[in-house]
Amino acid sequence: MNTEKNIKTLIVKKPLKLDCGKTIKDFPIAYETYGSLNSKKDNAILVFHALTGDQFVTGINPVTNKEGWWSYAVGPDKAIDTNKYFVICSNVIGGCMGSYGPSHKDPDQKIFGTNFPVITINDMVNAQYNLLDHFGIDKLFSITGGSMGGMQVLQFISNFPDKSKTVIPIATTSSHSAQNIAFNELGRQAITADSNWKDGNYTSNDTNPGKGLAVARMAAHITYLSKKGLQEKFGRKLQEREDLKFGFDADFQIESYLRYQGSVFVDRFDANSYLYITRAMDYFDLAKQFNGNLSEAFKNTNAKFFIISFTSDWLYPTQENKDIVIALNSIGADVGFVEIESDKGHDSFLLDVTDFLSALKNFLDKSYEEN
Amino acid sequence: MKNEFQVIADLIEKDKKVLDVGCADGTLMKFLKDNKNINIRGLEISKERVQECIAKGLTVIEGNAEKDLKQFPDKSFDYVVLSQTLQAFLNPELVLDELLRVGKKAIVTIPNFGYWKVRFHLLLKGTMPVTKTLPDEWYNTPNLHMCTIKDFFHFVESRDIKIFKSLALNNLNSSIINEGNLGVKNLFADLGIFLIEK
Repeated sequence: MNTEKNIKTLIVKKPLKLDCGKTIKDFPIAYETYGSLNSKKDNAILVFHALTGDQFVTGINPVTNKEGWWSYAVGPDKAIDTNKYFVICSNVIGGCMGSYGPSHKDPDQKIFGTNFPVITINDMVNAQYNLLDHFGIDKLFSITGGSMGGMQVLQFISNFPDKSKTVIPIATTSSHSAQNIAFNELGRQAITADSNWKDGNYTSNDTNPGKGLAVARMAAHITYLSKKGLQEKFGRKLQEREDLKFGFDADFQIESYLRYQGSVFVDRFDANSYLYITRAMDYFDLAKQFNGNLSEAFKNTNAKFFIISFTSDWLYPTQENKDIVIALNSIGADVGFVEIESDKGHDSFLLDVTDFLSALKNFLDKSYEEN
Repeated sequence: MKNEFQVIADLIEKDKKVLDVGCADGTLMKFLKDNKNINIRGLEISKERVQECIAKGLTVIEGNAEKDLKQFPDKSFDYVVLSQTLQAFLNPELVLDELLRVGKKAIVTIPNFGYWKVRFHLLLKGTMPVTKTLPDEWYNTPNLHMCTIKDFFHFVESRDIKIFKSLALNNLNSSIINEGNLGVKNLFADLGIFLIEK
């Protein structure tokens, strides 16, 4: 799955104690950078990716040959302007784009599979923190990310309160809801029910649990869109046919679309990684780490927060984003908030949503001017 | 900048922490931030206005004063400003309580329904008054609870709210309101500005 020559990796020598109790060391973190770090080293932005993202934020992903997942937002003259800022993104541990994960080998040269330790959002950000040392950055200008990326943003500033000037969690939550966990469990069940999964011990490409992973992706994909968006794009339109066929082929365009989304996903993603990363999201409950008081997570930071949600996002709805705003206001933190009008559901943060992109750009550029 | 904002700015000392409730496009916030080094936040209901504030580099929370003030702790701001919005709330009494809880002091401005032009308009034309500070027609006005300077003066007095300063504004002139001149000011000012505390 990985063409290793295109992947930059940092080998982390320092042992990292994981939340599950195990310790890892000498492990790889795969990363990519865009733009250049200035001499004062005050223009770095650490971007955190979501569930199925990777370090290839923008431009052409050299492994998949497709556009990077945040190409609308990141690049020269874009909202996160790489002419101005140095953007760093790394693949989360547990992932499958070069960072330490279940498709790696254990010290006995056996592929981990489900013997890989269960990781958390906290483990992910602790691992990525090593990139600051690697680049000699004392303080980031900003940290940002949507969805699971936003969870990492919140965890990062909680763990390292003086390591970023600005903090931009997008379309996210401080605690995975029962509904979020339910959808993730549906995906995991689809994978583990595939006979090719073999308790995680599949090895070569032809015996991948691709069917299960595709179903997981199809179900998840529905949660990323809004009812209105789906209706407007597909409605009841038929797929390359004049009439219903009275069978179980993809009669409707929406069926065909989801099948396509499932099939392209399995070419680029590892089923075991999907299990590990969804688990990390489900375990995320930042308030619980502070005895139920979310404000405590942020009490040591002077960072300037800007929180963004979307009207049609029902996966991480506005109220869950506002709960973070409320927690910050209750300790007098510097926090701005805007809910962007969009029909594009949770995926809005990845798409060409003008109001979102201009708010992001204005916030970053104005904050940088005040530097 | 509006004369009203100049008068409000003059009431606030340097280096204070201020919340502008219903901050609109952030004109007052920007002025206070640039000229008085004020740590200022805004609360604004309109998405478009919030975007304008962000473009000015201002910290704004999209929200509704009637619901979202409760998230701020007691006395967490030196001043809370409410400019010409009190009359537009469903429950102005509750909003005023919240302003005085969140702010050590509050600055409230109200368009004066007792202004002579307003009275004359109704008296002579017999239709709902439309003036510079009350530009909307009866069917599209956001104003639900119009009051006069005298009404507001009596209202705060009856609730043990301390008035530090009350000013009458008419075009470019501002003057102090007191018990003695209340009737006159209520007739000749189109805007009342009150610095209050509870």
